[in-house]
This record gives sequence, structure tokens and C-alpha cells, in this order.
Amino acid sequence: MFRQLERSENISRLLDAGFRIALTRSSAAESEWASVVATTGVKQLYEKKYDQYDAANVIDFLLRDKTNPSSVISVIEGSRNNARLVRTALTREVWEATNECWMTLKALLSSPVRTRELPEILSTIRHQSALVRGALHGTMLRNDIYDFARLGTFLERADNTARILDVKYYVLLPSASFVGSSMDNVQWETILRSVSARGAYRWHHQGEISPISIANFLILSRQLPRSLAFCYAKIMDNLTYLEEDYETRHKCHDLAKTVRSRLKQTSIETIFEDGLHEFITEFIRDNIALGAQIEKDYRFNG
Amino acid sequence: MFDEMFGTDENIREPYRQYQDWFKSEDAARLHKKSAESEAFFRRTGITFNVYGREEAAERLIPFDIVPRVISAREWSRLSRGIEQRVQAINAFLHDIYHRQEILRAGRIPAELIANNDAFLPQMIGVSPPGNIYTHIVGTDIVRTGEDEFYVLEDNARTPSGVSYMLENRETMLYMFPELFAQIKVREVNDYPAKLRRSLCASAPPACTGKPVVAVLTPGIHNSAYYEHSFLADQMGAELVEGHDLRVVDGRIAMRTTRGYAPIDVLYRRVDDEYLDPLSFNPDSQLGVPGIMDVYRAGGITIANAPGTGIADDKAIYSYIPEIIEFYTGEKAILKNVPTWRCAESDALAYVLDNLEDLVVKEVHGSGGYGMLIGPAASKRELAAFTKKLKARPANYIAQPTLSLSTVPILTKKGLAPRHVDLRPFVLVSPNRTEITPGGLTRVALKEGSLVVNSSQGGGTKDTWVLEE
Repeated sequence: MFRQLERSENISRLLDAGFRIALTRSSAAESEWASVVATTGVKQLYEKKYDQYDAANVIDFLLRDKTNPSSVISVIEGSRNNARLVRTALTREVWEATNECWMTLKALLSSPVRTRELPEILSTIRHQSALVRGALHGTMLRNDIYDFARLGTFLERADNTARILDVKYYVLLPSASFVGSSMDNVQWETILRSVSARGAYRWHHQGEISPISIANFLILSRQLPRSLAFCYAKIMDNLTYLEEDYETRHKCHDLAKTVRSRLKQTSIETIFEDGLHEFITEFIRDNIALGAQIEKDYRFNG
Repeated sequence: MFDEMFGTDENIREPYRQYQDWFKSEDAARLHKKSAESEAFFRRTGITFNVYGREEAAERLIPFDIVPRVISAREWSRLSRGIEQRVQAINAFLHDIYHRQEILRAGRIPAELIANNDAFLPQMIGVSPPGNIYTHIVGTDIVRTGEDEFYVLEDNARTPSGVSYMLENRETMLYMFPELFAQIKVREVNDYPAKLRRSLCASAPPACTGKPVVAVLTPGIHNSAYYEHSFLADQMGAELVEGHDLRVVDGRIAMRTTRGYAPIDVLYRRVDDEYLDPLSFNPDSQLGVPGIMDVYRAGGITIANAPGTGIADDKAIYSYIPEIIEFYTGEKAILKNVPTWRCAESDALAYVLDNLEDLVVKEVHGSGGYGMLIGPAASKRELAAFTKKLKARPANYIAQPTLSLSTVPILTKKGLAPRHVDLRPFVLVSPNRTEITPGGLTRVALKEGSLVVNSSQGGGTKDTWVLEE
């Protein structure tokens, strides 16, 4: 359920960033919407339904469409259903926040979203998700249930950040035709915006923006809460707690450790030399595999 | 009277056509609701200001009007050429006035105007700032009276404020009316902080060896523009510091950090000259850094804007700007000055005293609309009191005709209603270039007929749109 909640928040961020580009650079709008859809991993589904990428369709598909399993309404509904299933595992506050999140967003998304309401709706989605997370932090026992909730969050978050890099990796490559163009700057800014890291980046790099440092920030930063390295540090922590609790080490522990070590030992220069795209593709594959392994090791599906 | 939306004859002017189409199709109730929401939006951002002398209202909002002020690409191109010319002439003038004073030798400006002027800093004589830039940031105040009639009202070459409103007003409009920006192509302003940083770094001092470290110096949380100081520091990724965070270490200005003192290369200071260095200026100042002027003179730090730039935007010098432009650029001024009577001159003083009820009289060193007289709006008693002041210290005042400022509609309970406006575009100057952000701060008088747009006197603001070609 926390995986789904995290996804709703990420979709909201992606739409926000895409919307911003579409408003201010109309020429780039269509390709921007296409990459937003690709990042959420539902490109095929979208293209089965629509012929072209325009704001209204993409917004509807990603926010309201129940045939899209990754739309906000689908994941929020899923999240709330899961919360009901495990109601006893949650504190009252977490359950109520989750339920309210669902009720609020269901009402908000009951009719088609008009462009002019979009900024408000996107910020409500993030607010609601923050409320659930706050209740989790403030009231839940730090037991295995909490650990699983956090694992879901960070697996999803790592997946999302990696997919943003996967779709946009070409604007981060030092290719001659792109360097220094204003379009590049906008693209880089969008990448940062879609992980809510524009301000953080500015602080870290004193205003200077370069593709290699953006990639470094999103992949290897130990401080940015949406970087791959950060997510894996957290995943490792929670898996270690589980190992201690259950007094059992599983295959998933070794898998996570391998990914974590790779993130810890490499440098951004090495990643670029070996190929950014290859690195990201491999990461996404490993991340999915880890999710599946955790489900298997802890018998989520019987 | 010239209205920027409806002209003089109720025919919609071209730059506003698309906006009006949208406006007409909108439901009035929704617009009023949005207008109320905008206040909550500003409150949440915390973009408030303090008014001096009003204890009870520590944090006030500047009222925001949701009808944008629109400037066409053609109008903007002329304005920006005129502003650039002016700003370059001002930098040349400042360099000259603190070095060889050719303009005084040529007799184009009376020498006593400089010598007897508090804004002239003898401490700056012979000092060449890094990159030879004096005014890194300028906010030129412009008013309009007709289709092609633009006047420069003030040059604001010291520490112009208001740029955070330019940026936040746009963010608010993008949030509230995204559909407008999908239909109308408005030039972006949001890269201002990045450009400001780049511009400041380009004027780094000789002592800077690596990547320039930039800091914003604020007088502190009680200053009326504190929000803006913190906002700009955050947006630039620069440190926000107060005087007591800084000291001289090994010939550099260094700031206190959790890891010890770290040198600063460029200081964007929002503290007035007078308070900058108690060793050189006001000895009682707690806001500045003792010894910073020595470090500055030795090339250890860039101060932006340079100390002493006030001599260029002084209201007495203002009337000489057309001559200053001709003297340094060899060109005629593109933007006009408002006709100005210098009360220091006896003919002018006599005229001003005879026509006081038609004129606007300003203190030479005043700002923010404090201490000025608006003749047509003044009572008999106020006029008499001002006559006394004028006779006592004539050199302290200048007078200008009351211009019929252009209006732009605001949204009132009864629909659109015209209100007077001015415009402050923001200019960045570095050794490599002069950049003017396409937009600016539009201030609007909210009271019907009022000509006072200052926020400290109850004015509001609007988002300013410069249209793409």
C-alpha cells in the first residue's frame, strides 16, 4: 500500500513538471507529455487508447483512468483496499489518513480535470500522501510491518527516479549538439522538478547546472531523499532490521547488498564511461527483481 | 487619460485582445473567488513586508490584482534599448565621477552638485570595483502617459527591491490561471535568480580563485524587504548573512559557518551605504562589517551594488541624466526624463512656489513615497507647510509636473476599473553583458484616481507580461 501511495505522489510530481514545460514551451509540449507517460511505464496502454499526446488525454489517463493500473485513482483505491485488508496492522491514525486520502481524491477526480484546476489538484495529491506518511512516522510501532511499509516506499521511489533518468538520459549525455542550449536547461530543470529537488540542487551546486552533476545528484547523492543511493541505503536498513527480527537472512538481502555496494563504490564518471543508459536499465531490472525476491522470501503470495 | 487596455476611446488595444477574449468568457464569480484565493497563496509563501512606523501590522501583504499588465514585443524592445543605454551611461558616469571627473571639467554638471551631495562617497574616489561594474542590479522606474509616451521616473541604482514580487506574482498567476499561459505566449521571468547569480559571479574580485562564493547581506528579519532577501538567497543557492555573521579574516570577508569561517567572494548587499562599514561610515551601525571597505579597496571582495552608486540616482542628478547619456555614449537619450525643476536654482524655486498646487515635490534623497507633496491632492495647510520647508532648504527638493499616468484595469466588485500604474523592470549588469528581464514589477494605485503606487502607501501589484514576438 505504501508503494502505491508513493506512486500517486510521483505521478503528481511528474505531471507538475510536464505541465510546466507545456505551458511555457508550447513547441515541446507533445514530446514532454509522451515522456511523462513513458516514465510512468504505461506507454503501450496509452497508445492503445489514444493516437496522440495532448494535455487533456494524458492528464485524464494518469489521474482518473481506472483502466490504467498506475493512474492516481487506481493506486489510491488499491492502497486504501490494501489498508482495509491489513487494517489491524495499522494504527487508527494511519488508517484514517489513508481513508481520507482516498475519499478526498475520489471526490476530486470524479469529473474530468480541467487544465486550470490541475495545479491545485496536484498539490492536494501530494498533501494527502504527506498526511499518511506523517501518521506512519508519528504513530506506528517500529516493527516488521513498518519495515515492509518503508521497503515498499523506497522500492517504488527508486524505480521512479530511475525511470525519469531512463526516459531523459539523452539530455544528460555530453553530446555536442545539445550542450548549452536553452532547451537543455529546461530539460534539466524538469528532471529536478520531477523529483522536487530543484531547490536542493541549487543549494548543493550553488546555482550551477550541469548534466553530470544532475546525474550524480539523482543517482549517487547520499543526502537527496529521492536518489537511488539514498533509497538503497534505506532499503538496506529496513532489510537488516527484518533480518535481526526474524533471525533469518534471505536471498533478497544479498541481492540488495549487491545493488547497494555498486552504488556506493562507483563514481559518476565511471557510470558515464560505461554508459549511463546501460547502468539505468540494469538498475531498473535489479530493482524489480529485488521487489519480487522480497515478496517471495517473506511469502507475500502464500 | 490613457488606459493600457482600452486606449483612449474604449477600443481594446492589441496587446490585451487575447486576454480580454478570455476575460469575457469567464464567470465573474469565479474570478472574484480566485482573487480572494490569491491572498491565501501569498500568505502561505510568506511573501509579506513590514511597514515602518506601524507596530500593529508587523506582517502585511501587498495586495495583488489578478488582471495582468501586458506589454507588446515592440513596446518592450524600445523600452529595453532605452533602459540599457541609460544603465550603461550611469556606470560610465559613476566611474568618471569617482576618478577623473571629466564631466565636471567639461562643465556639463555643476561641481557643487557633487561636492555637496551626501550620496557622493569620498571613500570611493580612485577605487575601481571588480570588472569596473558599479550597478550590478538596477530597477528603473518607468511611467507611461500615452501610446508612445514613456518617461523614466527614477533610476534606482542603489539597492532596488521588488524583484521577488515579479517572480511570485508570475508563480501565482501560473498556479491560478494556467490556461491563460497555454493560450497567450508570455515571456518567462523565472530564470532571473540564475541570471542574477551568473551576473554576480562574472564580477568576482581578483582575490577569488575558485568558484565564486556568493552571499546576500540583509539587515535582518525586521527589515521591510527581508522576505525578498531570503527569497533571493534561496533561489540563488547563496548564503543569507547578517553583519554579525561576517568578519575580516586574512584580508578577506569571511562568514561564520558550522565548519568555521569561510571567505565570501561576492556580497549582494541589501544594506545601505551608510551602514555598510562602521569604520568608514556611520560608526554606530550594527548592520555592517567593520573593515569591509579596506578589503573592498584591496580587491578582496565584490560589493554589489558598489558603495556610492547613490550619486547616480540622486533626484538632483536625475535631471542631468539626458546630458550624462549624451556625454558618455554620444547618443540622444531613447527614454525621456520627466521635466524637473531643481529648487536649488532660484528661477526654478520661484516657479515651483507659484505653481505648488499643480506640482509634485520630492525630497532629493527620499524614497518610498515618504516626505513628498502631491500638489493637486494637498490641502491648503499642507501647501503652506511645504512652502516653508522649500524656502528653508530649497536644495533639498525637486519638483515635477503631475503626470497623467496611464491606467490598467483592476478587478473590483463592480468589474474592471482603471487605476494608475508604474513599471519597474530589473536590469543585471556584468562585465560581459547587460540583461533586462522581460517583465518587471507593476505597481498599481488601488484607490480611484490616486497616483501613489508605493506599497508603503497602500499600493498593490500586478503580474507584468511581455508578449513574445
